[in-house]
Amino acid sequence: MDSLLLQILNGLDKGSAYALIALGLTLIFGTLGVVNFAHGALFMIGAFCAVTFSRILNISKVTLDPEKTNFLGKPLEIKTPYVVDWFGDATGSAIIDWAVPLAILFAIPVMLLIGYVMERGLIKHFYKRPHADQILVTFGLAIVVGELVKASYGANPIPTPAPDVFRGSYDFGVLMGMDPNAVIYPFWRLIYFGFSTVIIAAVFAFLQFTTFGMVVRAGMADRETVGLLGINIDKRFTFMFGIAAAVAGLAGVMYTPINSPDYNMGMNFLVLSFVVVVVGGMGSLPGAVLAGFMLGILESFASMNEVKAFFEALYLPSIDQIVIYLVAIIVLLVRPRGLMGRAGVMEE
Amino acid sequence: MNTISKNDKALLMFVGIVAVLAPFLLNPFPADSAMAQFNAGYPDLMQRFAIFGILAIGFNILFGLTGYLSFGHAAFLGVGSYSAVWMLKLLTMNIIPALILSVIIAGLFSLLIGFISLRRSGIYFSILTLAFAQMSFSLAYSVLTPITNGETGLQLTLDDPRILDAANTTGNLPVTGLFGLEMRDTFTLDIGAWAFQFNIGYYVCAAFLLLAFYLSIRIFRSPFGLMLRAIKTNQTRLNYTGLNSRPYTLAAFVISGMYAGLAGGLMASMDPLAGAERMQWTASGEIVLMTILGGTGTLLGPVLGAGFIKYFENIFSKINESVLHGWFSLLPDGLENVIVWVLHFFVGKGWHLTLGLMFMLIVTFLPGGLMEGWTRIRNKIRGDKGGGASPSSDAATTPAE
Repeated sequence: MDSLLLQILNGLDKGSAYALIALGLTLIFGTLGVVNFAHGALFMIGAFCAVTFSRILNISKVTLDPEKTNFLGKPLEIKTPYVVDWFGDATGSAIIDWAVPLAILFAIPVMLLIGYVMERGLIKHFYKRPHADQILVTFGLAIVVGELVKASYGANPIPTPAPDVFRGSYDFGVLMGMDPNAVIYPFWRLIYFGFSTVIIAAVFAFLQFTTFGMVVRAGMADRETVGLLGINIDKRFTFMFGIAAAVAGLAGVMYTPINSPDYNMGMNFLVLSFVVVVVGGMGSLPGAVLAGFMLGILESFASMNEVKAFFEALYLPSIDQIVIYLVAIIVLLVRPRGLMGRAGVMEE
Repeated sequence: MNTISKNDKALLMFVGIVAVLAPFLLNPFPADSAMAQFNAGYPDLMQRFAIFGILAIGFNILFGLTGYLSFGHAAFLGVGSYSAVWMLKLLTMNIIPALILSVIIAGLFSLLIGFISLRRSGIYFSILTLAFAQMSFSLAYSVLTPITNGETGLQLTLDDPRILDAANTTGNLPVTGLFGLEMRDTFTLDIGAWAFQFNIGYYVCAAFLLLAFYLSIRIFRSPFGLMLRAIKTNQTRLNYTGLNSRPYTLAAFVISGMYAGLAGGLMASMDPLAGAERMQWTASGEIVLMTILGGTGTLLGPVLGAGFIKYFENIFSKINESVLHGWFSLLPDGLENVIVWVLHFFVGKGWHLTLGLMFMLIVTFLPGGLMEGWTRIRNKIRGDKGGGASPSSDAATTPAE
């Protein structure tokens, strides 16, 4: 029981990332009808927003301490981050410590802007072009973004720790009435899961309970009619692209303490997120979220030692690396439109 | 049925002559001159031209004719490489069995993947093939390590069985060959300051390229090719006439998978090792780019695109900052530094950035690739307007608009 619970928890954080990226993909797809192969790049940009933000916070003022000398005999340089200088020692170092959560505030406007520029500057010109062209141009964009990040941040993963308070683990088992130390789970992953549920809920609420969201939903159902009613639907869809970019970006920001970001992380997540979208059903927002969590949990179950031993007993290689793809194949064979999708979306 | 039109014959002859004379044509600069770094006439690169040419021709049969955009073609390349290396390890260093096995295995593999992926069309198909390629990559990288040797890649070793070859007593790794001809044998012809290199491996690859090109002409001109084009134009209408289009798309998929397997087998025959990175998504993207850059749906385009990309990859990767400083040393210092700073992102290790940008520019502005550019220029020179777009039979397909 406890190991089952642990695997479910393990799957939740990856599943959250899949769900958030897949949600953004589906939003773009449902509104603009564009397959965005650069969506993984947006996730990665979000992660590097966190890196950049923590670097900005660490920009330091250099003062010389005339009393002490370094090994060259010169006066010792003392670096104090400006933040510490301005806000005092306690507040300043707390801000630096909380760089990743605070980077959310930094990332939202940046990602909205990037999404806006991307849609107006590039994607806009591809609405009338075939899907193949859309795929290709966004794929090229993903390469370009990845290489630019590599050129400016280097090819190695950059560790970006979570705030000190959340660095430990939480004894989750006690909460469920189990023995202490039965299910121990890193704090930050729980937070990531909570954070992603909040974001997902916010997106759904926004679409469901605001006038803007209602118009967007109407536009998703029948763009032409909404346009005929005198509503500038393109403008709203552009905004939705920005939102989708921001969702992917926030998923990236909060993911940095779990996995140190590098320039390649976007593409690895993108392929899986596409599979998630296909399994969930193209164009269905709840489908994307559901499939994201399910596949994340499934992946973590497949990496359990018991499951591996079972496959070994059958002389089969372990399937933890490929289980998502296998599920996708089965779903497509049995139910081609995905779990919650409508038939015939984007088929031609 | 057995005829091949005059235009096609001329095209085939052209490719043949270029392929035979490539060691001369690609080596225009004297060996010691400063321009020698722009020469492409050395064996390794020429082999890559031919091999990637085959790959792109095969991809074009699928994408150019049926319009199905596969994002996982590198998987077949990798499978072909692995099977060829296994054949070289187990049976003989002669490349023929290796190539046969790589084509067969890649064909079977593409039959399996095609059977599943082709149940969906459009973007679903692209995503599915991409997922399959990533799955093959992680299988080769970690799960199937006994077969693929995982991260290290599959290599020849001294104690491989090699049943058909006589016992290896030299203590050196044997080299790949074709009935006694060694693939790495190179004959160098010195004329004045020029050094022309004639490599056996290259000519083997070129022979296969010609064969591949000939087959692709035949497919393009056959009723089967016409059917594939009909699928691209309007699959729904085709289905309404009572035709089941899936056998045709599956056949095209398998054929193009076999081309990729042949290319992978040749790659392993020239340099007997196979690694998982050959199957990564970047590799698949590169294949797509080659085809699009050259001209989707044209006969010559993919070969051109493959040569173009491989050449510039080679050149761009060689240029570094000191070379750039050398070029712009005449400019004032400040300007020189700025230009070098901007350019250094695009050369050397930044080649992929250039590749990505090229990808975007080509798709945006010249979706028909180099062949369309050529047609446009030709029309301009002739002063045709609009009506001149009816091209001669070789580039007759509509570009992948």
